[in-house]
Amino acid sequence: MFDISFLYEAKDVKDAIKKLVENESSEIVSGGTDVLIRVREGKDAGMGLVSIHNVSELKGIKLENDGSIVIGAGTTFYDVTNNEIIRKNILSLAEAADTVGGPQIRQVATIGGNICNGATSADTASTLVALDADIVLEGPKGERIVNIKDFYTGPGKTVRERCEICKCFRIKKENYENYYGYYFKYGKRKSLEIATLGCSVLVKLNSAKDTIENVKIAYGVASPTPSRAKSAEDFAKGKRVDDKSLLDTFAEKALSDMKPRDSWRASKEFREQLIKEMAKRSLVNSIRRAGGKIEYYV
Amino acid sequence: MSKRIVCLHVNGKDREVAIDERESLYETLRNELRLTSIKKGCEVGECGACSVLLNGRCVDSCIYLTVWAVGKDIVTVEGLKDESNGDITDVQKEFIKQAAVQCGFCTPGFILKAVEIVGHNKPYTRDEIKKLITGNLCRCTGYMNIVTAIEYAIKHNMDKLGIPYEVAPATSSFDVSDDEKEKMLKDVLAMQDNDVTKG
Repeated sequence: MFDISFLYEAKDVKDAIKKLVENESSEIVSGGTDVLIRVREGKDAGMGLVSIHNVSELKGIKLENDGSIVIGAGTTFYDVTNNEIIRKNILSLAEAADTVGGPQIRQVATIGGNICNGATSADTASTLVALDADIVLEGPKGERIVNIKDFYTGPGKTVRERCEICKCFRIKKENYENYYGYYFKYGKRKSLEIATLGCSVLVKLNSAKDTIENVKIAYGVASPTPSRAKSAEDFAKGKRVDDKSLLDTFAEKALSDMKPRDSWRASKEFREQLIKEMAKRSLVNSIRRAGGKIEYYV
Repeated sequence: MSKRIVCLHVNGKDREVAIDERESLYETLRNELRLTSIKKGCEVGECGACSVLLNGRCVDSCIYLTVWAVGKDIVTVEGLKDESNGDITDVQKEFIKQAAVQCGFCTPGFILKAVEIVGHNKPYTRDEIKKLITGNLCRCTGYMNIVTAIEYAIKHNMDKLGIPYEVAPATSSFDVSDDEKEKMLKDVLAMQDNDVTKG
């Protein structure tokens, strides 16, 4: 039995918001794989839960007429990984969603919960940051759209208010078209692990496949919030893929943008080493997926 | 808090049960419906001992609320049977045959996961099976026989579907070739020759 004061099963988003406004000490539960564990640990004990678990309007992935991909916040990781639209257009997001928890967790845990928790270690967060996703929130005052770069305000903190519900993520066509990506998760075990560091790279090459037209790199756990390494991105733009100094300088620049910390999972020094190495490997893998050739790096 | 009556579709039958809305699916199935194949392990969704099939997919029932399961098809090991003759399923037979069971605590979870994997009607390699069962922990078997049992269960299913599927021979670090054995023996003999304590 979970120590909660009530459980309310919302019929739709509006209904859930109404209930959240009525009850001061209530919060949303979607997949429950984080919230129910927090309740069990006593952190959120005694809270009321407003469930959006079976709200169908929050589920599903669709391709809109203007080419944007819309991912419902209630879509499970399993469904994100196995969705044809995602696999075809944003493979790195499918890959990131496939690293969360274990197979049983991925059947119920949702991508919306992953982002709204505000954790820097969220596996899908770094990829969504790299994709410049827009987050659609609905609250008592109506709907608003927040870009993911403005969404996180600190460790475990986001701009989402208690009564607001994250409805969906919108990825614009120009942010994924012709980009090839790779998600690299470093953890001590292969499954059921919170990332020691996560790195997501998206790369767009020119038509001859020898020059980087654009690159985006985002990290999780390298800073208090998932964030982009802008100076590394600016450096790599326009560089040739067979330029041997590319990788090392790219990695150094990425490190200079990040602020890793000591934690019980890994030391600051180890994370700094990871930031550099993962930048290189993720960039190489992304370039190879894009059809570019890098022969000097194994 | 008052109890309410819900109808759960468990193992092919509709069961009316009085539940507290704070209950987890694990508690309802085990305590109210006495389906004791479901085990309580870690209670945080890591060990997979409490796995149940929900609409054909494996979920951890310890962190799943009962009210969420209303209207869904729930299957536990008690509900598994071979439709053609009422016997136990091929998956269960293979678990017995391959000695994939030791203490048995994790076994119901593994069997349900295996049923889900076999139900995909797709061939999987050993490495793919290993990844698919990462949500279940076993502290006795070392997983080798479990993976082999799942491979054979897939093979039975593939045979029925007429798709060729080869079970890869299990390899371990203990498998050494005859040449290697001879070399190891020589090394041991050489060590004995050099043993200073022999004087």
